[in-house]
Amino acid sequence: MILVLRRLLVAAGLMVAVLAVNFVLIHAAPGDPATVIAGEMGGGDQAVIDSIKKAYGLDKPLPEQFITYLGKSVRGDLGVSYTYSRPVSSLIADRIGPTILLVLTSLVVAIAVGTLLGVFASLKPKSFASAAVTIVSLVGLAMPVFWTGILLVILFGKVWPVMPIAGMYDVRNYGATGWVAAMDALHHLVLPALTLTLVYLAQYSRLARASMLEVLSSDYVRTARAKGLNEAVVVFKHALRNALMPIVTIAGLQFGNLISGAVLVETVFSWPGLGTLALDAILGRDYPTLLGVLTFSSLFVISANLLTDLSYRWIDPRLRGK
Amino acid sequence: MTSPSPNSTASTEQHAVLALSPWREAWRVFRSNKAAMLGLVVLLLVMLIMLVGPSLYGVAPFGISALPFTEPFTDSRYWLGSDYLGRDIVAGMLIGGRATLLVGVSSAAITVFIGITVGALAGYFGGWIDALLSRLTELFQVLPALLFAMVLVTLFEPGLGVVICAIGMVSWTGTARLTRAEFIRLRGLEYVNAARTMGASHWRLIWHEILPNAMAPLIVSATLVVGVAILFEAGLSFLGLSDPNVMSWGMMIGSNRRHILECWWAVTLPGAAIFLTVLSVSLVGDGLNDALNPKMHLR
Repeated sequence: MILVLRRLLVAAGLMVAVLAVNFVLIHAAPGDPATVIAGEMGGGDQAVIDSIKKAYGLDKPLPEQFITYLGKSVRGDLGVSYTYSRPVSSLIADRIGPTILLVLTSLVVAIAVGTLLGVFASLKPKSFASAAVTIVSLVGLAMPVFWTGILLVILFGKVWPVMPIAGMYDVRNYGATGWVAAMDALHHLVLPALTLTLVYLAQYSRLARASMLEVLSSDYVRTARAKGLNEAVVVFKHALRNALMPIVTIAGLQFGNLISGAVLVETVFSWPGLGTLALDAILGRDYPTLLGVLTFSSLFVISANLLTDLSYRWIDPRLRGK
Repeated sequence: MTSPSPNSTASTEQHAVLALSPWREAWRVFRSNKAAMLGLVVLLLVMLIMLVGPSLYGVAPFGISALPFTEPFTDSRYWLGSDYLGRDIVAGMLIGGRATLLVGVSSAAITVFIGITVGALAGYFGGWIDALLSRLTELFQVLPALLFAMVLVTLFEPGLGVVICAIGMVSWTGTARLTRAEFIRLRGLEYVNAARTMGASHWRLIWHEILPNAMAPLIVSATLVVGVAILFEAGLSFLGLSDPNVMSWGMMIGSNRRHILECWWAVTLPGAAIFLTVLSVSLVGDGLNDALNPKMHLR
């Protein structure tokens, strides 16, 4: 329990540090924020700039500004978007669903397929599965993810046009709800999810094979075999459970980093997630939205790491007592 | 560098191998790895093309010279066709790797420099220095790399220098953790204690005693960092977030993004070039790993 509390404390400290980095970034960037805002509004004289400074609290000393910024962020107030004139938090709330759907689907498929592939490859190092893992991981990690997406767009949009290649819903289903909308979204999900899966698969199959190879050569696996256990029980119950540890670690890190990982894929497929929100914010110089997405993503990573840490205890009973 | 002394027989192969220096031995193992050698050759070839190709070919990559959407192999002057603006694809391909390789290698150098410095100090001194630097590493691990780089490039102007620094700043944590682990492993060894007893300074112990012995895994990881950095640069320029005045493979793909279906060659060919380059880098990295870390053969 004390350990959990300590983890929470470290997580909170990290969050404050992230906010401090954001704050420093805003102030280190060339150009005074008030002038930038006035510029976005179409320009203004000194009086306008002064009133903006007053409205945003930019005339106060920096430490005071930081405390205000910290307090607002903790309450979930990430500012108002220049482009949409809406609170950034509500924009993020709109976009987080599609991103989670995309990344979670890809991660689950990649972990399941990758682990299985890795297990088979580790059992027969000279087999086809093992060669497949080597090739998949080499190729998957060297392909720029946006290029993989583009190749799929060309394949399924031009050569064999059977899949939707952009967006999340078909315009012909505008306003549809329930079953129709869900099926439409799933149909649109196939290609972006496949793109992201290929990258993740490269990592998990390789990781699973390495991890399994290590575990399979340990004493307790030999013992399990020696006492005549069924090979499937040895592999899946004894070995795999221990080999899962590094996979969980990486999965936790990656799930946290999902928003960053999805930016390129979302851009290729115009998927309405947080990645495209961030890119639009960049193109429109919408700093509150951009920094809001960065803050939110960091918070997400911190929470995911915390959960990963706690899930070790669930996977590895030896850690529970500690 | 020890070479076989003239007196030794060196007749059997075993003698010859024993007499090789570690680096020569590593090169011997590396050379026997066909995939790694292929990667090295491709990589050198790409560099050569980037170096002399553009001046031999002589067409400006930003010049609007052909008809837009010229298909490959239909016009003998523009044999890989042109993009949606009529820019020659061959010219872009020839010069586009310069920025990619330059950014990849320089940001990997920054990554390795920050990573080794932070990791070495944390691992060598331990205590509060380690605690402080480890928290710093954690902070940078938590910041979403691509998003953070996007923010940096947007807030400052999108020149090559900013892109290099941005990529370097977001990717050093892995190297730092690796260096720290190596330093913790090595700092207690007898040879380090012996050097310390002889009055070696911290500086000397870190850079001349411990670091050379931690070099093998670090070189391998640095190679992999180059591959990741190249992909990073390609991603940023695909999003339109790199220097708009420098042609790069990622930028070719990004600027033709709206015309994927009408102009497939303008997006697939530069992508293939990035893929081949990164693949070669990782093949070389794998070869180096086998050559320098013989114990970690099974991965």
